[in-house]
This record gives sequence, structure tokens and C-alpha cells, in this order.
Amino acid sequence: MKRLLTLVFCLCTFAGFAAEPTEGGKKEEAFNPGEMILHHIGDSHEWHWFSTDDNHFTSYLPIIAYRPGKGLSVFSSKKLAAESDLAVEESPSHKRAAGGGHLEGPEYDGLMLREETLVTTDGSPVYDFSITKNIAALIGSSLLMLVLFRYIASNYAKTQRRAPKGVQSSFAPLIVFIRDEIAKKSIGPKYERYMPYLLTIFFFIWFNNLLGLTPGAANLTGNVNITFTLAILTLAVTLFSSNKNYWKHIFATPGVPKLLLPIMIPVEVIGIIVKPFSLMVRLFANITAGHIVILSFISLIFIFKSPAVAPVSLAFGLFINVLELLVAILQAYIFTLLTAMYIGGAVEEHHHDEEHSLDLQTGYDGSTVPNPAAH
Amino acid sequence: MLLSLLLQIANATGLAVFGAAIGAGLVALGAGLGIGRIGGQAMEAIGRQPEASGKIQTAMLIVAALIEGLALFAVVVCLLISFKLQ
Repeated sequence: MKRLLTLVFCLCTFAGFAAEPTEGGKKEEAFNPGEMILHHIGDSHEWHWFSTDDNHFTSYLPIIAYRPGKGLSVFSSKKLAAESDLAVEESPSHKRAAGGGHLEGPEYDGLMLREETLVTTDGSPVYDFSITKNIAALIGSSLLMLVLFRYIASNYAKTQRRAPKGVQSSFAPLIVFIRDEIAKKSIGPKYERYMPYLLTIFFFIWFNNLLGLTPGAANLTGNVNITFTLAILTLAVTLFSSNKNYWKHIFATPGVPKLLLPIMIPVEVIGIIVKPFSLMVRLFANITAGHIVILSFISLIFIFKSPAVAPVSLAFGLFINVLELLVAILQAYIFTLLTAMYIGGAVEEHHHDEEHSLDLQTGYDGSTVPNPAAH
Repeated sequence: MLLSLLLQIANATGLAVFGAAIGAGLVALGAGLGIGRIGGQAMEAIGRQPEASGKIQTAMLIVAALIEGLALFAVVVCLLISFKLQ
């Protein structure tokens, strides 16, 4: 029995069974799940809402390209959009790259889209300032937040003494929660200066996480550039509000023997960089992974090419979608909480904990009273 | 020469993607263990002192998100490997 199990185990790990990566690129549309998923979670110069058998309903966003020497070019991305499959074989300027059928689109004014990137036909540098799908979604969700919170604020100004009603009463508990549980607890007495930033971060991430789950939406917070910007902002707020005590903790951590300082100082300095970096990767990976899982479940139906898979696949997909709703608000909360903790660490005043810890005695109900026994 | 031959065979049989897949599974295992432990300890603590359950729940969620962040670092690495080689 043991020998049989060992044989089975060896067969399972035999590397020859690992299949070769598929070439793809057949003339008919073989369903390529990897390409479909990457297209859905990535950025694009056009906003593709949905496709029926004959029509692709797409909004063509403007392309804004700057080439040194030729200046600024602004035009609709429709001119660079890949044409329908019929025109492809006849047009001489099209090539099918090996491995997945990525087209190089038609060129316009010396520019073309190769795998969603704007390149020039002669290889000269081009700076892409286009309004891509993510930028359009960013503008849209920022406008939504602006309108919503201006409305709530003006409502509060109008109904000074009365109880809040409507939209205010949905958002008031959240704002109070962020003020009491996150800002006051982590930052301390100076929390009011940082409330605008914390509230913006929380609602921005939460709204964009939720909007990204809707059909036809842009995966904004799953874009590493967006999360990088948020992390850099957190780093900037932390560094600009840091006081001497913070830098003393980095370069001369109290309670550390002098011999260990050459190890501690590089670790602390790297820690300054790693903390926003982890904020960035945590948010990006959580959201993108959720989208990939949902898309993979749906594409199972197309891989097996059978409608019998649909109930199972949809049930799992629905479950993961509901889980993603929880992840949306949890990731917003975690980002905000960690930002508040880093800011709190930067503005902390010096505590005389070590020398005077015996001065206060904790009573049975948690209150502190002066210790009569201390000197 | 033997090394380049071995590397060619490894590339052709898709060993890198195979390794990435195994890696992603191991990451899931690690994250499951970590978060399961935290959850278990949190359950015990709530059982001992039900009044503190609010604080314990909050702390449990924070730690679970931190562990998950670490797991997702590794998942991103595995995804990069498998998508770069296709």
C-alpha cells in the first residue's frame, strides 16, 4: 500500500505532465480566458461597454499624445481602434503577433496602439496623456463624490438644529466612525487637521471599489498607478507632519542597546518606504484578485462550452461578488486605519513611559490613579 | 551546455508556470493557516469575555487584512510569472 502511494505521488510530480503554454493565434476566435481577463482588469484607450453579435458598443475616448518636435496631437481613439475581423486580412499594415491574436491597430498620424500602448510607427518617443478608461472613471467618481458630499454639507448647514434625514443619515454614522474610532484613537488630540484627508481616502477607495464591481466598469483601485499615488500621498502627509520625536524613533530608537543600532537604523529607514509600498500592493492585489476570480468563474462556461456549467459557475461567481462587497469596505477601512496609524506615529509627542510607569496605578475599573507607593 | 539544454527542456515543459501554480497554492495554505489561527484565538477570547467582543472583532479584522496583504504579495508574484511566460 505504501509503495503504491509512493508511486502515485512520484507520478503526480513528474514534470513531463506539465503542458506547454498554448500558442493561440488561430484564425477563428478560440476563447482565450487569459486575454479576456487581462483586457477586463487593465486600462484601455476606449470604453467598451458590451458587445452583441454584430455590434461593439464602445465609447471612444480622446487620445492626447505629445511628441517632442511634433507637438500635441489630440484625436478620438476611434481612428486607432482595431477594425472588424473582415478588414484585417486585407489591410497590409496589420500583423498578428504570435500568442493570442493581439492586433497592431491601424495607424493615424504616425501613431498606433500596440497591445493597448501608444507607440509611434518609427520608434520615436511619445508621451501619452490620453483620457483612458481609468482616467474617465476617476473623473466620474470624483464628480460623484463632490456632488454627494457638497449636498450633504449644505444639508447640514440648512438643518442646524433638526435631526438629519435622508442621505445625511446614511453617511453621518460612517463619518463619525472614522472620526472616533480611526482618527481620534490613532492620531490623538491633533486629529482634526487630518480628517479631510482620511475621509477622502476612505470614501474614494470605497466608492471606486464598489463602482469597479458594476458591469462595464473600470477597474480603478485595481490599477497599481492609482494605489501608488494614494500611497505616495500618505507618505507625503506622514513626512510633512512628522516631528522631531518621530525621527528620533527612527534613528535612535529608545530602549535599543547601542550595538544594535547599525542594524536597527537601516531597518527603520527601509520601514519608512515599505509601509506605503505595502498599502499600495495590498489594495491593488485585493481588488484585482477579486475581479480575476469573478471573471474566471464566468469564463469557465466558455472554456467548457456547455450551458450545464452555468448554474454552478454563476453560484460561485455570485458568492465571490458578495464577498467582494465586503472586501471593498474592508480594504477602504484598512487603508484609512493604517494611514491614521502612520500619521499618529509621526505626530506623537514624547511619552515618559519608561521612567514613570510606576507613578500611575491601574484601578480595577481601568481608571488610573496616582500610586501612593511610588517614591 | 548541459545547463542550457536543461533550461530549454524546463521552458518547453512549462515548469515555470507549474512552479508559479504550486507557489500560489502554498501561499493560500499559509494565509489560511494564519488567518485561521487568528480567528480561533479571537473566538476563544470572545468566549472568555463577551463584553470585549467589539474590540476583539476589530483587532481580528485588522490582523486578517494584514496577513491577507502579505499573501497577495506572493499571489501577484505568481501571476506575474504565469502571465509573462505566455
